Amino acid sequence: MLLTFAGGSTVTQSLRSRWHGGCFCAVVLRCLTCCLLLALAGCNRAPQDRGKAPAPSSKVFSTNIHGPDRLVSVKSQTESSRGGPLRVTCVSCHSARGPRKMPKQASDLKEFHVGFVFQHGNLECSSCHDDAEPHRLLHLATGERVEMPQAMRVCAQCHGPQKRDYDHGAHGGMNGYWDLSRGSRVRNNCVDCHDPHKPAIPQSAPVLPPRDRYLEHAAPNHAAAGAATHPSASESVRNP
Amino acid sequence: MTEQASPQNTGRRRALKVLGATLGATAFAAAMEPLKAWTADLTLDQFLQRHYRELTKDQLEAVLRRVESDTKAKYGKDVHCEDVRPMEGVEFGYALNLSVCIGCRKCAEACHHENNHDRRTNNSYIRVIEMEQGSLDLEKGNTTYDHAVPAPGKYYMPVQCQQCDNAPCVKVCPVQATWKESDGIVVVDYDWCIGCRYCEAACPYHARRFNWEAPEIAAEDINPEQSYLSNRIRPQGVVEKCTFCLHRTRKGKLPACLEACPTGARVFGNLLDPDSEIRWVLENKRVFVLKEELGTKPRFFYFFDN
Repeated sequence: MLLTFAGGSTVTQSLRSRWHGGCFCAVVLRCLTCCLLLALAGCNRAPQDRGKAPAPSSKVFSTNIHGPDRLVSVKSQTESSRGGPLRVTCVSCHSARGPRKMPKQASDLKEFHVGFVFQHGNLECSSCHDDAEPHRLLHLATGERVEMPQAMRVCAQCHGPQKRDYDHGAHGGMNGYWDLSRGSRVRNNCVDCHDPHKPAIPQSAPVLPPRDRYLEHAAPNHAAAGAATHPSASESVRNP
Repeated sequence: MTEQASPQNTGRRRALKVLGATLGATAFAAAMEPLKAWTADLTLDQFLQRHYRELTKDQLEAVLRRVESDTKAKYGKDVHCEDVRPMEGVEFGYALNLSVCIGCRKCAEACHHENNHDRRTNNSYIRVIEMEQGSLDLEKGNTTYDHAVPAPGKYYMPVQCQQCDNAPCVKVCPVQATWKESDGIVVVDYDWCIGCRYCEAACPYHARRFNWEAPEIAAEDINPEQSYLSNRIRPQGVVEKCTFCLHRTRKGKLPACLEACPTGARVFGNLLDPDSEIRWVLENKRVFVLKEELGTKPRFFYFFDN
């Protein structure tokens, strides 16, 4: 009987949302009704422990660093069949004709790379690019040549704190598994997020503006203020 | 003396009987009143469903299948709803680098899609607050900015459930529909929640959301990988919250907001693993928690690079 009553009271809790008010007598009677319904439904079995998932074991899966297209190709003005600009690998031009003598600054470029913007401290092209094969090789401060996909070694020479944080998983985005005993992880390359020629993350329009009910009245003023300063950004945000 | 029942006495006895019968009938009708609340979308099983933690394996299985069939009936989508239990030896922690967050709200968007939020309200468990550099005054923050980011002189602070170890929301729940699990995640049994919103009022981080209406979401937009305690489509009139994507993280995956972050501002992992990324951040960065003075003991940490 005690068990039945306990069951009845818990169900009563779940029903509070569907009941509105009522005197004490009514509550007691409802409780009794529930007891009856419960007894009929036979819901008084004891709950079982459903246990836990096993603990992470040895880290058998690997962490791979993404190899961005940017390191081996450039955007062309041709539209690709999947949309967006078609990318052309560096070697597709440079292997045929061989690179010219490397210029000192981006503004010295005369063909193809014309209009190229460089904003990365006081570096020169040759600070990172290899003299002989600038499209394929980089070099470290020691003179050691490194292949383009190993660009992170070049970045790390100056950006020590970022490299340290990266090595400990505290800088740079990633995808996949936090638990390497269950699956692998792909980490972003420096160059995935930072254009090596202009590494500051550019401004962008934020996505998904909140549409809370209480904001409905406040929104127009704010939108107007935003539109006044950044018309293009606010427009694109409000038309998802 | 024995056989002296007068017509007066008989009348009173009958009147009492009638009164008793009327009261009995009225009481019975009142007791049966909840049955009137039964509608087409409330089955006997739902009506009698017990608290999540009291469900046996078989009962839970039936509940999960019912969630799937309900979603199919209401939203026209085949989904897979499961019960993902905490992992042994795992307690989750989350850290966010305020130096690199650019306020793009991609995390909020990822949450919106991952957790099957209402599409009309752009609901998300994450609010990104635009703050004045040099200030930590949340009251002066702005969550509705819609200009290019990062704006000069500002920094951005995404706020979601802090999965407090001393959670005020759990304490105030009158029906224990919300509780803390062994891996540190605070969850809600949406079928047990009575919608009183006490927890929403108690949360100092404004991290809980109330479903004023049943979420509106197109079948093709529904994330079919669901779990009972996290991203299944919530019913109307219940409170919901961030669960660190437990349907992902309890299977070893990273939370959706972390994967969406384009700057890598977010660090997630197991606090009990001394080699984890989150432990490195806690041990090597100047970490702080929001509203520490309230004693909520959050599991969500913020830090600046320098």
